[in-house]
Amino acid sequence: MTDKNIAYLRTTEAPTLPPPSTEVGLRGWLWKNIFASMADYSSTGKAINSILMTILTVGSALFLYWLIAGILDFSIFSATFSDPEGQKREACVVNAGACWPYVQAKWYQFMYGFYPKEEVWRVNVSMFLLAVGTAWLVFPMPRRGLVAGLMLTAFPIISFVLLNGMPVEDDGDLSHIFAGVWFPLIIAGVTGAGWWLAKDGRLGEVAAAMAPILLMVTALFGLFAFLPLITAGLDIALGTTVVETNQWGGLTITLVVAIAGIVASLPLGMLLALGRQSDAPIIKYTSVIFIEVVRGIPLISVLFFASAMLPYFLAPGVDFNKLLRAMIGVMLFSSAYMAEVIRGGLQAMPKGQYEGGMSLGLSFWQQMRLIIMPQALTTVIPGIVNTFIGLFKDTTLVLIISIFDLLGMMNATLTDPTWATPTTAYTGYLVIAFIYFVFCFGMSRYSVYMENKLNRGHR
Amino acid sequence: MTTTNEVDQEPERTGLAALVYDSKARSLFFQGVLAIIILAMIYLAVQNAAQNLADQGKEFGFDFFDRPSDVQILTTFGTWLIGYVPGESTIFDVLKLSVANTLILAVVGIFFATILGFLMGIMRLSNNFVIKGFATIYIEVMRNIPLLLQIFFWNAALRLIAPGPRDSGTFVPGLLQYNTKGIYGPFPITHDGFYLTVIAVIIAIGATIAYGKYAKKLQESTGKQSPVFLVSIGILVGLPAVVFLITGRPLTIEWPNFVSEGPMLRRGFERGIGSYIAPEFMALFLALTTYTAAFIGEIVRAGIQAVPRGQSEASEALGLPGGLTMRKVILPQAFRVIIPPLTSQYLNLTKNSSLAAAIGYPELVAVFAGTILNQVGRAIEIVAVVIIVYLTISLLTSMFMNWFNNRVKLVER
Repeated sequence: MTDKNIAYLRTTEAPTLPPPSTEVGLRGWLWKNIFASMADYSSTGKAINSILMTILTVGSALFLYWLIAGILDFSIFSATFSDPEGQKREACVVNAGACWPYVQAKWYQFMYGFYPKEEVWRVNVSMFLLAVGTAWLVFPMPRRGLVAGLMLTAFPIISFVLLNGMPVEDDGDLSHIFAGVWFPLIIAGVTGAGWWLAKDGRLGEVAAAMAPILLMVTALFGLFAFLPLITAGLDIALGTTVVETNQWGGLTITLVVAIAGIVASLPLGMLLALGRQSDAPIIKYTSVIFIEVVRGIPLISVLFFASAMLPYFLAPGVDFNKLLRAMIGVMLFSSAYMAEVIRGGLQAMPKGQYEGGMSLGLSFWQQMRLIIMPQALTTVIPGIVNTFIGLFKDTTLVLIISIFDLLGMMNATLTDPTWATPTTAYTGYLVIAFIYFVFCFGMSRYSVYMENKLNRGHR
Repeated sequence: MTTTNEVDQEPERTGLAALVYDSKARSLFFQGVLAIIILAMIYLAVQNAAQNLADQGKEFGFDFFDRPSDVQILTTFGTWLIGYVPGESTIFDVLKLSVANTLILAVVGIFFATILGFLMGIMRLSNNFVIKGFATIYIEVMRNIPLLLQIFFWNAALRLIAPGPRDSGTFVPGLLQYNTKGIYGPFPITHDGFYLTVIAVIIAIGATIAYGKYAKKLQESTGKQSPVFLVSIGILVGLPAVVFLITGRPLTIEWPNFVSEGPMLRRGFERGIGSYIAPEFMALFLALTTYTAAFIGEIVRAGIQAVPRGQSEASEALGLPGGLTMRKVILPQAFRVIIPPLTSQYLNLTKNSSLAAAIGYPELVAVFAGTILNQVGRAIEIVAVVIIVYLTISLLTSMFMNWFNNRVKLVER
């Protein structure tokens, strides 16, 4: 007994204990993510912290429960779903919840405003084109450059013809279209020929230097000449009649104004951003003043400017459409914001990129087109998408100058006495909020996705 | 020893060609073209405006500012400040009151949006799933729904939950009462000699600042800590209170008067007694605050995440407790990232207050570019004034925030 070795040596491995219950499984997850922050009472400060966390957690949970339960109750459990007898308000007024028959009855207005029912396929076709084009650009598909070009040039023309129509069919006489075409066509022809002769230096160096200007003039007048021809051609092919813009409304107007702002803001914003970086003082300060003034005032005052003040500055007798004026206001507004986003991208470009371009002997515009802009725009895609989201939400403001976009249309339907119930307005708000949320949240998710994708490239 | 490199030199140009290929000359040429285009546009615009005004028999000028304005304007901070009386006050008074209404909305909104926004931003970074989820849902929902819709919602919802105009509910029993006409509370009425108390408050603030500086100096030189907080509270409360009592309490409180008897149409709160907040103001305030707070929350989160983890680890290694780490290490660094975007959110809130036009709160766009424009029809002058006022506000806010930014900026070697 005495000489027995009292030291104990384990000869087999001890069994592995399971991890503590606070670390794994549902209980572990709950502990780590919810209760751990509330259970530390080791010192006064930590105890206060834990108590605060408890209050916040319980408060948040209760508030969320109240909110979600409230929305579910409103939209499902105490809602009116059908109105088989066509009683309208009497069908809804008995329930305390949402009045879905109202949404059903007004859905057409929410989407198209007062667009004639027999012509509504035109809106649908252009929205379909928009959806296809956007999807093509958003997802990694082949030939995105070509699609982007088409979306920026052909799509606006086609959808204008589809939505608005051209007044050619009225008399069947095409001569007045061609009357306006000859003059720009001749100028475009002459300048085009001049460009062709001058570009290779055949007419001397001075003329060669002028060639790009001639090309621009050609393109401009070519556009003037061909735009009416293209639209008239499309119009005759499709046989569309004119639908005045005051009949448009709802989501159609929202998308038209937003897309106009988006399409115009990219090129204008690029020009303004480049102008702001320019060494030439007049160009620089013109851009700076424009950007800062527009960013310093609310969109409403831009819209008021476009609707109340702009007509005074146009030649007497010239009057353009209210929707077009609002669109011009939105375009100017969004291009100032876009310019600042793009400027951020330009400033993030390392100087070596410019110098590399210069050492290759590229001209300024070649540098911009081939080297700087592709990189700068890629780095600021999240910023650009955020500007789009802001623009999309801001289109609601057109209702203040009485253009009935999605929100304005819904608001207008609330005055319909046949659907006047205490819950009609909230049903409408809920639906419209959901529609905007889907669009904006989708865009913001895309921006996050792009951000992650771009960050990965930098690491 | 010099070596000559044989390089393909561009041929020397002379005359017109040299001018055309000279980058300075080109730049001057294009600037000249731009200047001419801009001047021509301005000239055409002025010409057209003159022609259009002449055709409509109008003149250009700001003389209409002196005309009396007889529009009824909702009782708000601005009307109280200016003492607006329809028919007696001028249009210039309306401009002043509408600017005051814009500013009060912006200031109150910015104050509460900052608090709520910081709370949401910090909550979103919490380890606690419930708190984080709440903040995430809040931020994502709020910033993806148009502000105008939220304003409409609050405007309708406030009228739904409040009792009718002949009835009253209360938030804080005996202090704040409300119905669909607005919120009613006590209002201080000052008498002669109250200015002495105001002066005492100013002196007390000055004394507190001076004492704080002295205490800091003392701690830096001797290491002694002074009870700054308690002494400050003492000065701030004590001095004005003593002066107030000595001058014979020159302040009475006016309580809102609720008429619950008599003819039905006379019942409800009496107008012009006590303080009053219009429901339009509350709707705008709630919408602007909650909407902007969502954006501020995202900015705060990004700012705190931008501080490297090593900073908090280092301060822990130094033995600083959690609160001090946050206050002295994390936040000062996060602030540098937060302030520039925060400034633009403040400006956005100020500009967004113009959405009041949609529900009729009498601020700059609603009452001046709306009602007054319809009344006098001077579109050019009025829109120009509105633009200038907003630009001034933007400029002043940017200047202040730049000054603040420079103060907290990292001083690099």
